Amino acid sequence: MRAISIIYRRELGAYLRSTFAWAIAAMLLLVDGILFQGYAMQGEQLSAIVLERFFYFSSGVSMAAGLLLSFRLISEERQTHSLVLLNTSPVRDVEIVLGKFFAALTFLAVLLALSFYMPLLIKVNGKITMMQVLVGYFGLFLIGAAALAIGTFASSLARNQLVAGVVALVILFVMVLLFLFAKKLDAPVRDVLQELDLWWIHFQNGFMRGVLNLKDVVYYVAVTYFFLLLAVKTLEAKRWQ
Amino acid sequence: MIRASNLSKFYGGKHALGPVSFEINDGEAVGFLGLNGAGKTTALRILACDLRPSGGTIDVGGVDAIAEPHEVRKRIGFLPENPPLYQDMNVIDYLRFAGELRGMTGPQVKKRMPDVLELTDLTSVKDDLIGTLSHGFRQRVGVAQAIIHQPKFLILDEPTRGLDPVQIVEMRNLIHDLKQNHTVLISSHILTEISQTCDRLLILGKGKLLGAGSEHDLAASESEIRAVTVTVRPPQGDDPKGRIKKVLEAIEGVKSVAEPFEQGGGLSFALSTTKDCRAEVSRGVVEAKLDLIKLDYSRSELENTFIRLVGGADASN
Repeated sequence: MRAISIIYRRELGAYLRSTFAWAIAAMLLLVDGILFQGYAMQGEQLSAIVLERFFYFSSGVSMAAGLLLSFRLISEERQTHSLVLLNTSPVRDVEIVLGKFFAALTFLAVLLALSFYMPLLIKVNGKITMMQVLVGYFGLFLIGAAALAIGTFASSLARNQLVAGVVALVILFVMVLLFLFAKKLDAPVRDVLQELDLWWIHFQNGFMRGVLNLKDVVYYVAVTYFFLLLAVKTLEAKRWQ
Repeated sequence: MIRASNLSKFYGGKHALGPVSFEINDGEAVGFLGLNGAGKTTALRILACDLRPSGGTIDVGGVDAIAEPHEVRKRIGFLPENPPLYQDMNVIDYLRFAGELRGMTGPQVKKRMPDVLELTDLTSVKDDLIGTLSHGFRQRVGVAQAIIHQPKFLILDEPTRGLDPVQIVEMRNLIHDLKQNHTVLISSHILTEISQTCDRLLILGKGKLLGAGSEHDLAASESEIRAVTVTVRPPQGDDPKGRIKKVLEAIEGVKSVAEPFEQGGGLSFALSTTKDCRAEVSRGVVEAKLDLIKLDYSRSELENTFIRLVGGADASN
């Protein structure tokens, strides 16, 4: 636990000092703001619909942030040789992965928090409950965490950051578009693939509409756990190579 | 003590090291010498618990490094070929991070910091970003992170790589200082570096241990590494070269006599000998009623030993 905290503090410090991280945050918040103004607020709509639209594109922003903040986590350290410091310290691979993941997750949470003014504007001018907003944000946080875990895994695989980024993007695309493949299949494979989809069933039908389902929470936690576990196992395996 | 037994490493199907066995006693400064690709870095990375070996065992101070790598990592400081630095951190923060990773508490790091900064001569740049430091200073920061937790064993992989002559001398002096309190393992392909800093050498070639011992031991271990050059005035009569050669070949300890060359009015013969037999050579030459002009003796230096051992490894592969 202590090692996780030490690595977490270093990584978070690196994010806060990094121009790249703040540039990502600025760019994504700008995109979020433009979409909010140009798409969600267009026409006369029920405030609940506006909120749904906000969470619709914010889920994309959250996943993009998850990928952009994570693909360099381990591959960059490998590329600059600083990973040796962690590997030759009395620190377990799981502690390395968790320390880095939680730091990235914290920065993602900051980024999401900075977008909070948009649903507040809807609340001030419309009729939505704070619970709807919080559930939606909880969903954004979970889907972002899953994307972060996917990026962390890809980062543990590749030495090159670009390769890591591409691998993460491919995995994320496949997981988000699983529901499209599922539609062309018959039950029970269709149902299984639909349940495995990262966005459609669990976010669009749940968090986006302000509905909190335990199974959706469990799903995102499981996806995050699965990819973090893969990242840990990849780091362990690379020591044997 | 570090004891490695039948240590081997394969990268996929590619053989990189071993099996090699060696021991390193407490307080020793041991040099791993070998050409590029000899397996030095692989051996050091395994000893530092950065890599797991494909076979064999390592015991570091009574702890099995494969079964309990964390225990060993606490006792080892490692400077890899490329120092593991975070360029966005300043020197103090980085060393604090490295110390805490190795299990030190905040107050322990704070107490230790001035000594480390002084030893590695980093006090003047302690608040500077690592990314802005020169190569020499970065190498020093690399050493500082390796010693911050006062490890018993210090492993330095090519510590003078890329340094200018002044920085090399400074690094050599630093290693001399470190030898006072640590068991030091250094790898290099620069012979003078190793001979000036280490008590004992392990010579690696093509992943195998070709020789071990002090420079003197290694030089003395092979019979043909001693050479005596004798210069004799050519006698009157037929075939003076053949006559002198016959006399020299008959002397005890002389294994072979090379073809002579003319030097200073005499004929010089290079002798390969199994021992320092200058006395026997001079006596034999005088007894044969030949005029001895000059007698040179040279013991093989580290370079000769190294080239011979590594050349032998190349030939056998």
